[in-house]
Amino acid sequence: MIHRNIGKALVAGVLFVAGASAAQAEDPIKIGAVLSVTGPASYLGDPELKTLETYVKKINDEGGVLGRKLQLVHYDDGTQAAKANSFAKRLIESDRVDALIGGTTTGATMAMVPLAEKAEVPFVSLAGAIVVIDPVKKWVFKTPHTDRMAAEKVFEDMKKRGITKVGLLSDTGGFGQSGYKEAKQVVGNYGITLVAEETYNPSDTDMTAQLTKINGAPGVEAVFVFGFGQGAAIVTRNYGQLNMRIPLYQSHGVASNEFVTLSGKSAEGVRMPTPALLVADALPADDPQKSTVVSYNETYRNIYKSDPSTFGGYAYDALALIVDAIKRAGSTDKAKVRDALEQTGGFVGTTGVFNMSPTDHMGLDLTAFRMAEVRNGTWKLLD
Amino acid sequence: MLADFLQFLFSGITVGAAYALAALGFTIIYNTSGVINFAQGEFIMLGGMLSAALIATGVPMYLAIALAIVATGAVGLIIEKFAIEPAKNADVITLIIITIGAALIIRGLVQVFLGKGTHSLPPFSGDQPVAFLGATLLPQSFWVLGVSFVIVVLLGWFFGATTFGKAMLATSYNKMASRLVGINTKVILLLSFGLSAILGAAGGAILAPITLTSYDIGIMLGLKGFVAAVLGGMGSGVGVVAGGLILGVAEAMTAGYLSSSYKDAVPFVLILLILFVRPNGLFGPPSSERV
Repeated sequence: MIHRNIGKALVAGVLFVAGASAAQAEDPIKIGAVLSVTGPASYLGDPELKTLETYVKKINDEGGVLGRKLQLVHYDDGTQAAKANSFAKRLIESDRVDALIGGTTTGATMAMVPLAEKAEVPFVSLAGAIVVIDPVKKWVFKTPHTDRMAAEKVFEDMKKRGITKVGLLSDTGGFGQSGYKEAKQVVGNYGITLVAEETYNPSDTDMTAQLTKINGAPGVEAVFVFGFGQGAAIVTRNYGQLNMRIPLYQSHGVASNEFVTLSGKSAEGVRMPTPALLVADALPADDPQKSTVVSYNETYRNIYKSDPSTFGGYAYDALALIVDAIKRAGSTDKAKVRDALEQTGGFVGTTGVFNMSPTDHMGLDLTAFRMAEVRNGTWKLLD
Repeated sequence: MLADFLQFLFSGITVGAAYALAALGFTIIYNTSGVINFAQGEFIMLGGMLSAALIATGVPMYLAIALAIVATGAVGLIIEKFAIEPAKNADVITLIIITIGAALIIRGLVQVFLGKGTHSLPPFSGDQPVAFLGATLLPQSFWVLGVSFVIVVLLGWFFGATTFGKAMLATSYNKMASRLVGINTKVILLLSFGLSAILGAAGGAILAPITLTSYDIGIMLGLKGFVAAVLGGMGSGVGVVAGGLILGVAEAMTAGYLSSSYKDAVPFVLILLILFVRPNGLFGPPSSERV
């Protein structure tokens, strides 16, 4: 009798323990995201969210991470930094996420940073500005390359061609002004001087006046435009209209097929730094990033029937870096995941090859940008 | 030096012609109701965006533009019928606010259904720039100027010589009296929105090869067009075209000779000056109270 009861108790106990561990195995890994899906930065936040949703589902379909499913908890900050702060708080305190992704904009990221630092949650930002990781913050990482790197890449190419006098034309929006500041800071390192500095409003429809002025600057050997969207395309068309002979450089802001279509034949010969993602098809087969970016592009295109953007790529990299770190840490212990993130080495993302270190929480170098030239309406890689 | 000056001038004319074309759209509705239609910029945007979308589906360019103009005209009628007419007893300020609401709705719908990308239309007469003493101008700019001129002449004839146009003017001066002499003011208002929308859409299609087009281009064109209209004198066809060209050239000269950083301040300085000196615009009637 007694033996039988003990037996029952044992069976029950074993079942209980097994049930508990099964429940634990099914407890999802929570990834929290605060993105600007609406508002002025929606063209960045929208593909970011789409990318995260697609890949969380994909990873789960393939069996999850460490035998556990991923769960994405996301909030839309409407491109308002104050909201990003309160959503980050909610993710940390009530959703109890294992890692944070987000801050589509630099403002939103900086509003989230103090919370992540205080709660000690690994945080991978999708914002461009260098302030996110300089100075280094223990729990904060980022995936996008900086505007400074784009400027450096351009000046590097100019130096190779022996260009020393450059006219800079930047838009008066946030992107152009950040680029203007960074370009001015690094231009001296390449022995290049800016002989003209002009601006245009992103919604302007004719920039021949500015270009004429730059063209007339003494000794000018090249034009560097820091802008994006239709403004930068109109600059290129005006450059063609004026039949300017000096080389035209654009920033990574225009690296899209739309730019080539809009600029028409004026785009011929225009050079720009571009992330691998946008020139996926032009990459040589032995490029380390080739398979990653081609597969990302195909996945995105198949589901959303629209062209992928670098912004979605930033989100892909953030998620992939976190998943990789969790795998290497062997758990979701926050301190271990953070350490693993910091030790990331040779990790191939869509933006570049990440080599993090205690002093570099972005881990990208100038090879993350490819110098491309438009030839016959398509991209030709220069290096 | 001369080549530079000419290039600044041509740049100003290119931009100014766009402002002028946008400004002309304000005239019809203003002349009938005293309402400044802030959805005018969206009519321009619709003309360009619908044309681009239709061309992308394989419709020949001129047919696409014609369809886009008709569709935008319908949008104008719908706005009047379902947003302006129900509020017929409201004062002008309320109606103006309604047009801002209509503009937001149009912009939002286009953003959702036609996307946030930028599109272009092929230029009507090629893209080989016309060179003149070392400066260049795109042939499309002549189209814009030419069409603006034709519209000015047509509007002058319409409001000055046709019964219908005179009925429109009468409606704006005194709605009640107009009704008493047998003018159907309801129909007049409805048609004024339709006509404005058609005018805006035609402008949008002609401008698209230069300015490119996207869901948010109406904000800029509407605003600058409004400044041009105030500058030249609301309601006067010749005035608003002159206003647009003056504004464009002033911007380009500032960018060329002063600094492009000051360029964006030009419209606001001009509009302040004109409101101080000639509140009815350069070509507007001398200041007098409407009775």
